[in-house]
Order: sequence, then C-alpha cells, then structure tokens
Amino acid sequence: MTINTFEGPGPDAQFAEMLAAGDFRIQRCGECDAYVFHPRPICPHCGAAALAWVEPSGAGTVYAKTIVHRRPEKGGDYNVVLVDLAEGVRMMSRVDGVEPSGITTGMAVQASIGEGMNGEPAVIFTPTGGAQ
Amino acid sequence: MSLRGKAAIVGAALAGCGEAHGRTSMDITIEAVHGALADAGVKLSEVDAIATCQPLDLLSGLTLVQELGIAPKFTMNNRMGGSSFLSHTMWAAMLLETGLAETVVICYGSNQRTASGKLMTAIGLPTYEAPYKPMFPLSSYALAADRHMHQFGTTREQLADVAVAARGWAQKNPEAFVRDPLTREDVIASRLISDPLRVRDCCLVTDGGAALVMRRAEVAVDHPQPPVYFLGGGEGTTHRDISEMADLTVTGAAQSGAAAMAMAGVSAADIDVVQLYDAFTINVILFLEDLGFCKKGEGGAFVQGGRIAPGGELPVNTNGGGLSCVHPGMYGMFTLVEAVRQLRGQTGERQIEGAELALCHGNGGVLSSQVTNILGTSATL
Ligand SMILES: [Zn+2]
Repeated sequence: MTINTFEGPGPDAQFAEMLAAGDFRIQRCGECDAYVFHPRPICPHCGAAALAWVEPSGAGTVYAKTIVHRRPEKGGDYNVVLVDLAEGVRMMSRVDGVEPSGITTGMAVQASIGEGMNGEPAVIFTPTGGAQ
Repeated sequence: MSLRGKAAIVGAALAGCGEAHGRTSMDITIEAVHGALADAGVKLSEVDAIATCQPLDLLSGLTLVQELGIAPKFTMNNRMGGSSFLSHTMWAAMLLETGLAETVVICYGSNQRTASGKLMTAIGLPTYEAPYKPMFPLSSYALAADRHMHQFGTTREQLADVAVAARGWAQKNPEAFVRDPLTREDVIASRLISDPLRVRDCCLVTDGGAALVMRRAEVAVDHPQPPVYFLGGGEGTTHRDISEMADLTVTGAAQSGAAAMAMAGVSAADIDVVQLYDAFTINVILFLEDLGFCKKGEGGAFVQGGRIAPGGELPVNTNGGGLSCVHPGMYGMFTLVEAVRQLRGQTGERQIEGAELALCHGNGGVLSSQVTNILGTSATL
C-alpha cells in the first residue's frame, strides 16, 4: 500500500508558481520551527513532513560575493551573491541598484522580485544602506 | 576492523597527460590501466574488480569492462566528482580485506583539452542558482575565496603564493604541462574571471589519465615495485550546491582528514608529503586548515613565503598540481599517483628525501565532497 504524504505539485513547482504571481515565500517547519530555503518536501533539520509557506521579512545580509567578468558586447560584468536572510536561511541572488565595486560582503540588503539573467522571475536584492 | 595496512598500491601509471590528440577519454584511461598493470607485473585476466568514473560517460564502469574485455566481480562507478578515486581506494581496501576481490584497478581519463578546450562536465546549474548565472564551478570557489578574505583577512597575495608554489614544483617535473616561471605579480595581473579569482588561480585544462592497481598487503611484496600501503581513509560530504554549504570557510575535509588520520594513527605533523586537489588557489588554503596543518583562518599566512614551495617546510603538490602539472577534470587520481611515486622514491629532482608518509586529498563538486587517504611505505606499517 502506498501512503500519500503529499498531494499535488511538489515544493519547487509551488515556489515557482508563487514567485510568478509576485509572492516570495520560504518554508517553516511546524515541528521544529526552523525556516527552510531552498524548498524541500521534508524538514532538513528534523525530518518532519510539516513544512508550510511563510512570507520572509526580505531583510538580508550579503554573506559572500563575486563579480563575473563578461565582455561588454555580451552584457558586461554582473554580480552573484549569497545572502543570509534575517530568518537564518541562505540563498544565491544578485544585488541590483549599485555598481559592482559598491557591493561588499556584510552589507544589508532587501529582497524584491525582479528578473533572473534569463528574464525569468527571480528574487533579487537592493542595498538598504546599512552594514553588519 | 581497521583497514590500516591491509591493502597496498602495487602499480601506478599516467597516460596521455597534456594533449592526447585524436584520442577518446576511454583510450587514455585504458592506456593508463595497461601501464599500471605492467608496473605491477599483473595480467589483465587477474583483474577482478574495477573502479572508475569519467567526465561525460555516466556508465563508464560498464564501458571500461567492455573495452578491457574482462568480467569483474565488482564494478564500482560511484561518483562524487574529483574526490571519487580516493573513495574507490577505500572500497578497494574493503573488498581486498574481506576476500571479495584479489586485484582491483582504479582508473580515470579525459580528453577535455583536445576535445573541448574547457572543463567537460555532466553537471548543470542547480535550480535555485541558475537564474543568477554563476560560472560553474568557478564562481562557487570565488564566493568561498571572498568569504575567507572577508572573515580572516586572507590576501590576494596569499592566494597567488599557492599558484607560485605549484609552478615551482612543476619546474622540477619534466612531465608537468606548464613550466614557465610564474611570480606573485604575474598571478595578480592575470585576467580576472570571477572576482577575486583570476585565470592563474584556476587549474589547467589538459588531457590525461591515471590508473592504480591494488592488492592485499600479504601479496603486495611479490610485485616488482615497493608496495605503497593504504593506511587510512575518510570522507566528508556537506552539500551539493554552494548556496547550501553551511560555512564557506569550513569544508568536509575537517571530517575526512580526522577520520583518515585516526585510522592511520598519525597526525598532520607526521606527514612528509601532501597532495591536495588544487582546483583553485583557495582550495589549498582551506584544505591545509581543515586537515590540521594550520589553524582555521591561518591558511593564507601559512602558504606565504614559500612554505609549501620547493625548499619549504611542507611539500604540497610536488608534481605541480592541477594548477601547473595536469588537470583533466577529476584530478583526485593524480594526487594518488604522485604520492605513490614520492613514496617509492621515483620523482627525481622533486623527490622529498626520506618520504615515508603521504596525505592525499580529493575534492568533488563545489567543495561538496572531501575524501582523504593516508599512504605509507613499509616502514610505516
Ligand atoms: Zn523541522
């Protein structure tokens, strides 16, 4: 006998659908209260199948950064960062609205929904003027 | 049950290193296997277990069996990237010690330089990283380097010194692919790719293959070459994607190194020669810290001033490493072959006098899989 723990589309599909609708959501475990990103079927902290979608504050800190060097005719340099959200989860992203030299590890940033490098909906960040 | 000293490497060979025009990855692999069997004085028909993984052929274990024309009892194709082969040696030691196999061949080969001119990989970008187009795998290592610099004050010059040391060793190795002089200033002036990493912080793209033959310790002495004993092994897997690595300054080498050294009954201070998978300069700094050669955060200062270069206190990557000797993708195999040659005393101008104990360390993915092996001469048994 098969026990169906989950119904409908998986967490990746749900995340993508919400993001396309303008809603950035992360998961939180109903058993151990941990926040989780990226989306998963079960909690990587306690193993419970009790993850629910919650809206993060969007506040974050740049944990690490790199500037990818690309020829101007191909679009020029762009940045890739890892951001630690206030909820304690980390994600890869990009910081917009500032020159590459202005992006520093430790700077405070705020999430919004923008475009990925291929034009797809993606969570991006802009500086909030603070540093940690 | 400990695997310490229960199995030994009795044959080792390289093949097709540099450029192997017109040859497939499997051609190069098989030449390496042929060379390692000759080195070991073992017939192909005696091989009853094989281990391999190749850049693009996901079922390369099957291909290898077919092309060699053998019918092994065990075909190991487990794949964690460049660290895979240091895991294969552990499985080989287990098969040999339990009597499930008599003769194990571990091998690798790639024609990535002449076939594509860049890293050949079957791996794509992860779902939650793809929208931001990090260079794979380079940007992941750049992020780790940035974090190490931010957290510990590691400098651009210290990263450069890793590449300079590798080149110093390559200049003593006639088989190394790049042997021109290289200075700290050259590295710092080289083309920026994914900041802070520049082109001279990155491993080479070459062709090349390598193979090992392993047998039980009690029969290892019957072979033409001095046996190199497997003394300890350990693994540490922490993530697949760099965005999922808990602390970019601490790798699974802390776990793999401790496990390998515990099995071998040695500490970092006992090691005579070190072979690390140096895909990027930051790797050497991270691994020296995590393996216990220096404290966390002090790797930059440790590699400064030629400490890991020829004539330095700690010989690291005596063949020139992936940075200057050979890098056909999954480099882990080459750490083992260079260690075997050092422990046999066969490395000419770059020989470490009295080398008895070697540490080999492989890295897979984006600092994801770490595997450490400790190898030693008969004096270390
Ligand atoms: Zn939980």
